[in-house]
Amino acid sequence: MPDPVLTLTGVSKSFPGVRALHDVSLSLTPGRVTALIGENGAGKSTIVKILTGIYRPDAGEIRVKGEARHFASPRDAWAAGIAAIHQETVMFDELTVAENIFMGHMPVGPTGAVDWAGMRARSADLLNRIDAPIPPAFPLKRLSVAQKHLVEIARALSHDAQVVIMDEPTAALSANEIDDLFRIVAQLKAEGHAIVFISHKFDEIFRIADDFVCLRDGEKVGDGPIASVNEAQLVRMMVGRPVDQVFPKREVPIGDVVLSVKNLSNATEYADVSFDLRKGEILGLYGLVGAGRTEAMQGLFGITPMTRGTVTLEGRRLSIGSPSDAIRAGISYVPEDRQDQGAILSLGIRENITLANLGKYVRGLFLSRALEMTETRRLGRRLAVKAANWEQRLAELSGGNQQKVVIAKWLATRPKVIVLDEPTKGIDIGSKAAVHDFIGELAGDGLAVVLISSELPEVMGLADRLIVMKEGRMVEEFQRGRWSAEEIVGAATGARKEAA
Amino acid sequence: MTALLKSRELILALILAIAVAAIGAYDSVFVQWQNISDMLTETSVLFMMALAQMVVILTRGIDLSVAANLALSGFVAALVSQYYPDVPLVLMIATGVAVGLLLGMINGGLIAILGIPPIVVTLGTLAVYRGMIIILAGGDQVNASEMGVEFQAFPKQAFLGLTTPIWIAIGVTILFWLFLNLTRTGRGFYAVGGNPVAARYCGISQGWQEFLAYSIAGAVSGLCGYLWVARYGVAYSEIASGYELTVIAACVIGGVSIGGGVGTVAGTVLGALFLGIVNTALPVLQISPFWQMAIAGAVILAAVVINARAERRPDKLILPEARRLGRTSRAMRRAGT
Repeated sequence: MPDPVLTLTGVSKSFPGVRALHDVSLSLTPGRVTALIGENGAGKSTIVKILTGIYRPDAGEIRVKGEARHFASPRDAWAAGIAAIHQETVMFDELTVAENIFMGHMPVGPTGAVDWAGMRARSADLLNRIDAPIPPAFPLKRLSVAQKHLVEIARALSHDAQVVIMDEPTAALSANEIDDLFRIVAQLKAEGHAIVFISHKFDEIFRIADDFVCLRDGEKVGDGPIASVNEAQLVRMMVGRPVDQVFPKREVPIGDVVLSVKNLSNATEYADVSFDLRKGEILGLYGLVGAGRTEAMQGLFGITPMTRGTVTLEGRRLSIGSPSDAIRAGISYVPEDRQDQGAILSLGIRENITLANLGKYVRGLFLSRALEMTETRRLGRRLAVKAANWEQRLAELSGGNQQKVVIAKWLATRPKVIVLDEPTKGIDIGSKAAVHDFIGELAGDGLAVVLISSELPEVMGLADRLIVMKEGRMVEEFQRGRWSAEEIVGAATGARKEAA
Repeated sequence: MTALLKSRELILALILAIAVAAIGAYDSVFVQWQNISDMLTETSVLFMMALAQMVVILTRGIDLSVAANLALSGFVAALVSQYYPDVPLVLMIATGVAVGLLLGMINGGLIAILGIPPIVVTLGTLAVYRGMIIILAGGDQVNASEMGVEFQAFPKQAFLGLTTPIWIAIGVTILFWLFLNLTRTGRGFYAVGGNPVAARYCGISQGWQEFLAYSIAGAVSGLCGYLWVARYGVAYSEIASGYELTVIAACVIGGVSIGGGVGTVAGTVLGALFLGIVNTALPVLQISPFWQMAIAGAVILAAVVINARAERRPDKLILPEARRLGRTSRAMRRAGT
């Protein structure tokens, strides 16, 4: 086997409160495809960001062709011959294909002006090398996602990249487009490039990869030739920990059916989502990122109204056309990105907390500040919001306290059903435990909870029942106590059953 | 709210008080009641126009057509007075308001329903509304002698020492304060401008809030159109030309954030008052008219720079001692703690 083109030795990276990578080593060989495998949050993106110079590791060493390198910026990583193709392409829609390929290193003529003709000619060459007959003068916005990926590959080649990182390149592609992409990957391999391939889909990994590196909780838990493992072994490596003890579950009596959802569908994102939800019950919704869980629950909440299906709340058939319909009926949805989608930084704590059902505080013609204040104080204290006073603007609060205010806002609507979308994403372990405890408390108060989470231990620790979604549809349902991590991940990734 | 009053509005009020005192010391005519009354009457239209513009800016929008709307609505009201002199005054004023409202609703519809950017829509309607005056007038104008006597006398009458435009401005200001601070719809403007996505999740319709904002701006422009035309006794296509910029300047000086979601009634009123004082003081100070525009502009820029500094991301209260004191670390450093 040829010498590795790039090695990482003992690389670690921490963020405040979170250990993203610990002592990870790997090496990439020219002409081989290495699959990077792991659950969401296992550290795959952190490795990509270290390799492309976006993060600097706290410890460890990067060697390119045997020589130790420090990447101070993405430009250094390019110069060292490392290029990444991102999941959602990061490009300039309004510019041409050629400008996108050469952005940041456009060829210039003797006068210092951009050599447009030369740039177009070289772009055409690069695109021809990967059999992608896209006119270089075409505006990027008129290309499909698959074609944009090809332009990104051409951009990587324009840097003479020795290492090409592909971060979930197939997520938005059709079967034919995936075939084309894999043909190009095979060609790049034959030309001696080292390729890092990140995907959640096992069939793709087994089809294209030569080697694998498996991460879990920021540590490397396995590596070797892909031929030495099967799907079941990989799933076990990814999950591999006793999860049931992590979060002590509150015992809550489960009551009658509150919410009944039948065949929830829209045109492009989710289809035939059906479930019953009982008082005090926590229903987990697990799946890979992009499985349609958020979209389906946003449909239920009226953000992107469903086109088919029925929703019944406490025996009453609802017609939900907008979030205000859902709020009035007693459904709350706490969005995933609570800062961007939830907090209004320019307003105060009181004004944020009362915003989702202001009607409740109207007496006569006008809003009653006293009523608003009573509710703000009640919820602010219950959630232990730390602030100088209840009128303080959210912009002046810490991120954790902003999140608490957003949750308080949704509790102020006195919901019967609350949907929590990734409630612990991006928060440290200590706060996570507090959030988990709080979710148990909500169920204990008789709320019916839908918990969208991509963290297996979290859903397995909290949920009474678990629905797994894949590609916009429910694929399996598990009851608490009658599930295993392997089965759940198997259902979410579509790993073959007989192998598990 | 009290914290906000403590900072920006209070500072602005202090600057105003100092300026008035200083100019008054230079020339006591400036602080005589007659001069102050004239200045307030002159500025009353600006108070109302700025408050309405603030609502638009709160939603992350801008309305450049307000002065053109004022001119067209005022012109229509003057036509009614010219051709139907027997119509009661209230109806003449209502005609101005109704025309203004309609023009505002056109803006609102184009912006909220068709989703065209506000600056483009209102730049277009600005030209259309001014153009319509020329068409209606056939290039002519309505003069004082053609308008009704009562029509022109109303803005010059005084009750309890204040002229009617001042009373109307006070009434409109109170209505705006109640509307913005004590109603759901009023709160909605702040929510939509502060974070449109979060507002949507709360069931607040951005389109409806925008439509309302431009409609309000239109109705207020219509009311001010009547006051303007009746007070100055002339209606033609160029009245209040460029006045939209003065209105927006009053908002910005008053601390309304062009980025949306931030602005108070008190701040905007002070911003308008500030411009009113500057415009009245420059002649008193015997500054050449050639310089007045440049100086007024420089003053506006200075106010905007001060505001931009105030709009920097505030320090967060993360330290427990800071939370207890309720002060930012900058303030604590200054206090030497």
